[in-house]
Amino acid sequence: MGKTIIPIGPYHPLQEEPEFFTLTVEGETVVDIDVRIGYNHRGIEKLSEMKTFENSTFVVERICGICSTSHPYAYTRAVEDIFPMEVSMRSKYIRTIIAEGERIHSHLLWLGLAGHFLGYNTVYMWAWKLREEILDVMEILSGNRNNYAMFKPGGVRRDINAEDIPICIKKIDSILPTLNMLKKAVLDDPVLHARLKGVGVLSYQDAIDFSALGPTSRASGVARDVRKDSPYGAYQEMEWDMIVTKNGDVFDKAVVRILEMFETAKIMKYCLNNLPDGEIDAKIKDIPPGEGIGHIEAPRGETFHYVKSDGTNRPMRHKVRAPTFMNFPTYKATVKGQTISDATIILAAIDPCYCCTERIAVKDVKGRMLYDGQDLIRLSREKTEKMKQRMGVR
Amino acid sequence: MIREEILLDFTSRFHADILDLEDKSNTRVYVEITPESLVRIGTYLFRNIGARFNIATATDLPPKIEILYHFLVEDINLLISLRVFLDGEKPEIESLAKEIEAFNWIEREMSELLGITFIGHPDPRRLLLADNWPEGVCPLRQDYEEWDETVDRTRGV
Amino acid sequence: MSLKLKALLKSPWVFHLSTGSCNNCDIEILDCLTPRFDIERFGMLLIGSIKHADVLLVTGSCNRMSVERLKVLYEQVPKPCLVVAIGTCAGSRGIFKDSYNCPVPLDKIIPVDVYIPGCPPKPEAMIAGVVKLIEKVGGA
Repeated sequence: MGKTIIPIGPYHPLQEEPEFFTLTVEGETVVDIDVRIGYNHRGIEKLSEMKTFENSTFVVERICGICSTSHPYAYTRAVEDIFPMEVSMRSKYIRTIIAEGERIHSHLLWLGLAGHFLGYNTVYMWAWKLREEILDVMEILSGNRNNYAMFKPGGVRRDINAEDIPICIKKIDSILPTLNMLKKAVLDDPVLHARLKGVGVLSYQDAIDFSALGPTSRASGVARDVRKDSPYGAYQEMEWDMIVTKNGDVFDKAVVRILEMFETAKIMKYCLNNLPDGEIDAKIKDIPPGEGIGHIEAPRGETFHYVKSDGTNRPMRHKVRAPTFMNFPTYKATVKGQTISDATIILAAIDPCYCCTERIAVKDVKGRMLYDGQDLIRLSREKTEKMKQRMGVR
Repeated sequence: MIREEILLDFTSRFHADILDLEDKSNTRVYVEITPESLVRIGTYLFRNIGARFNIATATDLPPKIEILYHFLVEDINLLISLRVFLDGEKPEIESLAKEIEAFNWIEREMSELLGITFIGHPDPRRLLLADNWPEGVCPLRQDYEEWDETVDRTRGV
Repeated sequence: MSLKLKALLKSPWVFHLSTGSCNNCDIEILDCLTPRFDIERFGMLLIGSIKHADVLLVTGSCNRMSVERLKVLYEQVPKPCLVVAIGTCAGSRGIFKDSYNCPVPLDKIIPVDVYIPGCPPKPEAMIAGVVKLIEKVGGA
């Protein structure tokens, strides 16, 4: 059978970043995959070298709208590692609260979009409705729905008012029953079991070899979480579980993310209830020459920042490594051998970008259009429908 | 294994290749090694000690180029950074990507942003920069200058 | 006002195009569709094909690679079409003005009808912006 090249992307309304995939298929089966990124490259590392240490926080915040806490967090920790120094306990707690709030809204966002691609639009709407409540909490705490601007080297920029805390806890509590319902709806659904189990498996060894991070690695049985491995913030202060599953398929990645949201809510509530008193800012003046490394657990995995200072008020070199940079190449292992209708959800399972699905165009070698992006979503949904019928659901 | 054992094992095994060892803090160790030994030491850290490869960071420090390979030993929370210095005029180093998949993308990124040649890289294509970006212009080099005549820097905050 | 433009304003179908943004604006655009804001009530629909679009929502700071795609896509939109620049990046490139990979601002590439500033603009601001656009075009 002849091979067919499928270009995917680079544009799609649901994706987080534009990328360009080339799938090579034989009939229905994907035999090879290649990716071209660069549609989002804005030269942030160079820009950061033009700003002062304080201002760079705002530049790195704009690397990713969803990880708009993780990057400043890793960056401030990198700057503090130059000394090295520790920040006050209160600012650690505030940082943890903001970082966990980001994790819960990021996972909800992923869950919603994953539902959308499988033809479960109800999940999409429910998850995004819940997400609004978390964004409200973040707005109360920081003043903005995204891009919180709470971080600065040496502490945090804004304090949490005591009177806001009960409102936030109430809001977090209010979403937990619905989240529980959503969890049961997703995890007990026989169609989703049939649709997602064994699809896009990332084996334990592949997760090690690709240095996969975050939920992507934890779903493959690699217990890897910077919050546990290199404790930072307030994470040692309370009991919480790292969610690890064994199978490495799309279903397990969903399980990891869904169960993690409950742990995250627990951490947030503990921190809000036990917020210690104290200074929130160490008032750093000069950064000594040297180099520092900061790494933290973002929703998608470890975010890594490296800052080199030469004693001036600007970073001399600032290297940013987002988790997707390591998780991305695992496509090579997961997509091969799967069908086209599964490719969209496998690409989505790593939570990098919602994968350009509607801009996917399947072309044969002469360039004749076979499927476009709408068709690929349709293929994915039709497969779910067929399974529903076969299993006698509805 | 505890931290001291790993470091002792590591230094005794590669003592001929280690030029300098900076024990910065409890969780950070910077090791300067010879460029020739990188593949051996990197593979040993990754495969035998079981360290996770974080990332590599290259910096242009004229007349040299420095590359740091960061490895995290997760069990004991130790970040080992291997430091190599390359010649700034003609930076070349053996590729680790042919041994370990995780190095693939970062080596592609470094080769286009800083113009480092990775010998034996399995897939040395462009990763981040646009297709019409001129060959040999490396934006993260210190001597980078605007090459495009059509740019407009007049507006913005 | 042409009949085409008049028909377009009844229920503008929007296409969203990210030209190297941090996807914050993109997520907020999607937020407009979900239960709290739900702009589909007003007949606005986010669609997946540029050939069906009436309004182009552009986010991001136009990096070198996406500029080429942006030009191609703009040619494919059925005219008349309206262009909304969402976020500070699309408006003036903001913080990315001096980046080596963001050579020209959006409005030097394609004509822009409305700017919605903010980093990111709230969904309310986006809805208000589109409503203003409809009023402006409809009143002319």
